[in-house]
Amino acid sequence: MRVLRILLEKEFRQIFRNPAILRLMFMMPTVQLIVMPLAADYEVKNVNICVVDYDRSVYARDLVTKITATDYFSLVDYGDSYPKALEYLEHDEADLVLQIPANFEKDLLREDKATLFMSLNAINGVKANLGGAYLRNIIGDFNNEIRQEWIQIPRFNPMPQIEINSTNWYNPLMNYRFFMVPGILVILVTMVGAFLSALNIVKEKEIGTIEQINVTPIRKHEFILGKLIPFWVLGLMILTIGLIISWIAYGIVPAGSLLTIYSFAGVYLLAVLGMGLLVSTFANTQQQAMLLSFFLMMIFILLGGLYTSIDSMPRWAQVFTWFNPVSYFIEVMRMVVLKGSTLYDIREHLGIVLLMGIVLNGFAVYNYRKRS
Amino acid sequence: MNAVTAHKIRKTFPAKGKPTVALETISFEVGQGELFGIIGPDGAGKTTLFRILTTLMLADEGTASVDGLDVVKDFKEIRKRVGYMPGKFSLYPDLSVEENLRFFATLFSTSIEENYDLVKDIYVQIEKFKKRKAGALSGGMKQKLALSCALIHKPSVLFLDEPTTGVDAVSRKEFWELLRNLQGQGITIVVSTPYMDEASLCDRVALVQEGRIMDIDSPKGIVDKFGSTLWSVKADRMYELMKALREMEDVASCYPFGQEHHVVFKDETASPEKVKRSLMDQGFADFKFHPIEASIEDCFMKLMTSHNA
Repeated sequence: MRVLRILLEKEFRQIFRNPAILRLMFMMPTVQLIVMPLAADYEVKNVNICVVDYDRSVYARDLVTKITATDYFSLVDYGDSYPKALEYLEHDEADLVLQIPANFEKDLLREDKATLFMSLNAINGVKANLGGAYLRNIIGDFNNEIRQEWIQIPRFNPMPQIEINSTNWYNPLMNYRFFMVPGILVILVTMVGAFLSALNIVKEKEIGTIEQINVTPIRKHEFILGKLIPFWVLGLMILTIGLIISWIAYGIVPAGSLLTIYSFAGVYLLAVLGMGLLVSTFANTQQQAMLLSFFLMMIFILLGGLYTSIDSMPRWAQVFTWFNPVSYFIEVMRMVVLKGSTLYDIREHLGIVLLMGIVLNGFAVYNYRKRS
Repeated sequence: MNAVTAHKIRKTFPAKGKPTVALETISFEVGQGELFGIIGPDGAGKTTLFRILTTLMLADEGTASVDGLDVVKDFKEIRKRVGYMPGKFSLYPDLSVEENLRFFATLFSTSIEENYDLVKDIYVQIEKFKKRKAGALSGGMKQKLALSCALIHKPSVLFLDEPTTGVDAVSRKEFWELLRNLQGQGITIVVSTPYMDEASLCDRVALVQEGRIMDIDSPKGIVDKFGSTLWSVKADRMYELMKALREMEDVASCYPFGQEHHVVFKDETASPEKVKRSLMDQGFADFKFHPIEASIEDCFMKLMTSHNA
């Protein structure tokens, strides 16, 4: 016990004597949590549209007004030359061009049918896709309105209509940030934990202090615990800072209990730190450790379900996520923060991550050799 | 019982092509309370030998024991009993002098106070810097701190790997005095050094070259074994002088040594006069030519050439 205590004392001293690390530890969550959710937004807004109106009729104008009334579109040009509009597209000033042909209104009134033409700039696939879909929606709406105007309502609706009403559970306003912030918080805790722990033992190897430690009668598990506990505490500190920031900046208050979050985070950090320490026992230099953990982190984060939904991944990738601790924590955070899940609801996640922690740390202790 | 024994220790490191041999069947014994020196140039295998004896590395072949304990079987017990000071400064540079010492004392389940009398002589010299970070100490101070840390658990055998490399002459002298004091307290000391002049400060030395022990004896014994008379030759044009000497038939060996050349002749009685005359004829000025006593380094050079031949 005395040995473990002096190891911890030494480790904390070293951490707190390194002002750069401390500053980074507090800056990272603040900046990431404030900047990233604002920037990393899936909603497509400000689709630039050019309207070429060869008709200049009342209906055409109604349609244009309807389009520009939404937040999604901003009108770049309202003209009567398609080549000119296409030029906007070519210069990337417009994302799509809507062409209203001459006799649009006339055809509509006489023949009950008219055509519109849409050109999309598909360089930015997401924007083109969503912009086109929005526009089709608006036009469909417009179509319905005209129909209602013209048709005399009979006793029964001649066309059966199914209308869908939806309610968004757990995040009624579909606030994108509520969804992203808990996930980003997970990434933060993971990065700090994995990198700091991965670099730590390697640093002792590099400066040679591990030689001096290895000739002492210190036990292997004592040494690993002495490395694990400080970063475990730091990880929970980062989590606390992150939760406070998401409360102040975004008003996110976890629907579930904090105890559930911290319990899971405690177990989760064991797994992440175990991985870092394992990397650390393999690598001989800090560069090796850094690159190796960066490689692992990239995979874990990109396949962790923060940016892309795991359900829409190919099967093999889904199988991979079973072994990805990050995906469990992201899911748990969302469950607890948004839905208010309890420890009982996340028991499976907890069990799996605990198992990962035991395996990774066991392997790290095993792989740390006091002699070569 | 010997404090340290090594029996036919062999160690190779894997390399492309054929493995590098670091130690080629090394055997030696160090008695209780002895100050034993391992003298050899860089790459002789000194550090590898130390790492095997301090249980940090396993030998390919051979057996070794420290304090009567086998380095493979009883490595846990050995770690409690030996002090090791690696050649590279390996204390925490971001911890203070006092914190480093307390840290290592605690790892050995002891305290500074308990063994203070052992490290007192050394520690008093650095005590005024005890709040200073170890990384900010001078080279000599660092070595003293490292020695204190290696001593704090009252080891029975102390292994010092090149403790004086890169340390100034005054600190080196002080350091050897400290070692003598420690020896007086009953600690067996095994020390390695590339400096031949330090060999005479040990009780016994092993001369090591390319993983082999060339000779083990007391410094005096080694010098006595030199056998032939050594001549110091000095003149104005040293390089030409060496070339001229090496071309002569009577010269057995000639090598530069500091400011002069050390020469051994084939025929002890006839040659010196002959050579001297011949050199004067060649017009070397400021001529100095006199017999001297061989040093450990001369013995090393001789052993090295005979081993290589």
